[in-house]
Amino acid sequence: MTAADEDAAGSRAGAGPDSATPRRPDWSAMAIAVILLGIAALVAWDAWTLKLSPTYARVGPATAPYVVAALLAALAVGTAVMAVRGGFPAREHAEVSPILWIAGGLAVQMLVLGTAGFSIATGLMFAAAARGFGQRPLWLSFLIGTGIAFVAWVVFAMGLRLSLPAGPLERLLF
Amino acid sequence: METFALLAQGLLVALEPVNLLYALVGVTLGTAVGVLPGIGPALTVALLLPVTYKLDPGGSLIMFAGIYYGGMYGGSTTSILLNTPGESASIITAVEGNKMARAGRGGPALATAAIGSFVAGLLATLALALVAPWVVRFALSLGPADYFALMVLAFTTVSAAFGSSTLRGLTSLAIGLALGLVGIDLQTGQARLSFGVPWLLDGIEVTTLAVALFAVGETLTVASRQSRLPDRVEAVKGSVAMTREDWRRSWKPWLRGTAIGFPIGAMPAGGADVASFLSYSTEKLLAKRPEEFGHGAIEGVAGPEAANNASAAGTLVPLLTLGLPTTATAAIMLAGFQQYGLRPGPLLFASNPELVWGLIASLLVANLMLLVLNLPLIGLWVKLLTIPRPWLYAGILLFATLGTIGANPSVFELGLLLAFGLLGYGLRRFDYPIAPVVVGLILGPLAEQELRRALGIAQGDPTILVSSPAAIVLLALAAIALVVPPLLRLRGRGRLLTRLATHED
Repeated sequence: MTAADEDAAGSRAGAGPDSATPRRPDWSAMAIAVILLGIAALVAWDAWTLKLSPTYARVGPATAPYVVAALLAALAVGTAVMAVRGGFPAREHAEVSPILWIAGGLAVQMLVLGTAGFSIATGLMFAAAARGFGQRPLWLSFLIGTGIAFVAWVVFAMGLRLSLPAGPLERLLF
Repeated sequence: METFALLAQGLLVALEPVNLLYALVGVTLGTAVGVLPGIGPALTVALLLPVTYKLDPGGSLIMFAGIYYGGMYGGSTTSILLNTPGESASIITAVEGNKMARAGRGGPALATAAIGSFVAGLLATLALALVAPWVVRFALSLGPADYFALMVLAFTTVSAAFGSSTLRGLTSLAIGLALGLVGIDLQTGQARLSFGVPWLLDGIEVTTLAVALFAVGETLTVASRQSRLPDRVEAVKGSVAMTREDWRRSWKPWLRGTAIGFPIGAMPAGGADVASFLSYSTEKLLAKRPEEFGHGAIEGVAGPEAANNASAAGTLVPLLTLGLPTTATAAIMLAGFQQYGLRPGPLLFASNPELVWGLIASLLVANLMLLVLNLPLIGLWVKLLTIPRPWLYAGILLFATLGTIGANPSVFELGLLLAFGLLGYGLRRFDYPIAPVVVGLILGPLAEQELRRALGIAQGDPTILVSSPAAIVLLALAAIALVVPPLLRLRGRGRLLTRLATHED
């Protein structure tokens, strides 16, 4: 879906928001159709690789995946038809940089979680997300986010015994 | 009268001091989170599910009931004071309630919403207690084929019956069904769609998916169009007290809203949005002064708010008695049951009566607590609405990731959160509904189980699926839900269906 979004965002930026007459065919919608078809193929291929014992020959673990794959394929065709006819509602212009800040923040949090611990990793994500909404400066948001995350860590990891990874900051104080 | 004995027993459970505490924590957290803009009951429940992990099942479900009702209440406050409803079911409330707030009548609007929600919650919860044993008796007579038909009906009503497009609704459902296939097949032990990734063998967590689609997806959506969002909190001027006139105009809509909301929630016929919209139309039709509608008519707040809450209690009927979630919120609650190895359905009433009836009774308790909590503390909730957007959404993401890691301590889970969050953004951008994805994920494997059980009994003969009257009726209804809406759209009635769309809960 993301590739389609960026495509949409990119093309709309030039065309201007809410263009009254949608271009036909709608290439973003067409991309969705292709993705759906791809998922259908993946589900069907995975079902095909399952080892079926003869006892289960009629209904087994592969039955439901084949049904879902067929449904997805049919919907892909329907989506393609709709893309050609321009049946999708008009999309407004999307700002890309906030999305990159937020998604990037989540990715950074995921990558440094093991080494930096919950509070610092989450503080980084918090700062990036706030920056995505236009909040500056980054370091202040980072300090606030790390503070909140640390309090949350104390409450949830100590109080409610959830397993949240500890890092240097958590080990320093507990 | 057996019902009342069971309910009284349940009340004894719910009134134990520790359970009262759980309920109080639940309603407080539920209201506090539910009141935040952009957070509906589904996300409230998904975000707060990890808080309940370390409690015993009874306490956890009681806290959960409080969170559910609290989230519904919080949403109405948001929609009255801010013109961006916190939950889709409150969109109708936003129309009249926000107009009232702008005219300086925010206090009475909040009061009629809170008292209406209380009245509706009380009556609907009693109705739930009365109806549940009957449905349980009916449910015990159903075979696997009937259950399969029931789930097919739920699939079509959740995805195709309402909203702007049957195609997009079904596509959302199919994505959910495909995600539901991931993991080890319970009957043969074979791994499906796992690609050798060990974290995928247990399947995809409903909470991870729900938090990602609702919290991350919503955050990305708001961020991508932030420069165009209105953002003004209406100050509550004057007292929250309702005048005699307000009471006179409110009590009938409360009762009518309850009568509309409960059956709609109880049947797999769409969520609270449908109920509140129908209640709004009814009130407009019956009003002595219909010209006030659109300019702050109190009936337009009282009725839909009652309908909204009554339908929330109504959705617990299929969830508890049949194990059938018909909204995203109910799907997440089902996941909450499953974490304790409990499977809602007729057998749960037999095997854990004190748990089920304790839950129903604590809904009554939570309802009363909310009324007491909401009206005096309204100023505090209003403060929550004024949190600047960067801090609000960064905070939402903080708790979304905290809940995800807390439930499944692995970096992989965070990767899924990000991936599904982007999926959620894409779905919103292209106007795909979110709820069918969540319902498909949790209900898909259950439907597959019933299908295979039915076909197993019949030794693979597919006619078993249409061999009982119940199954035939249910499948026929499913076909109607699939075929009629596109015909209505072709005949130009599509706008109505779009307004009835079940976006979120």
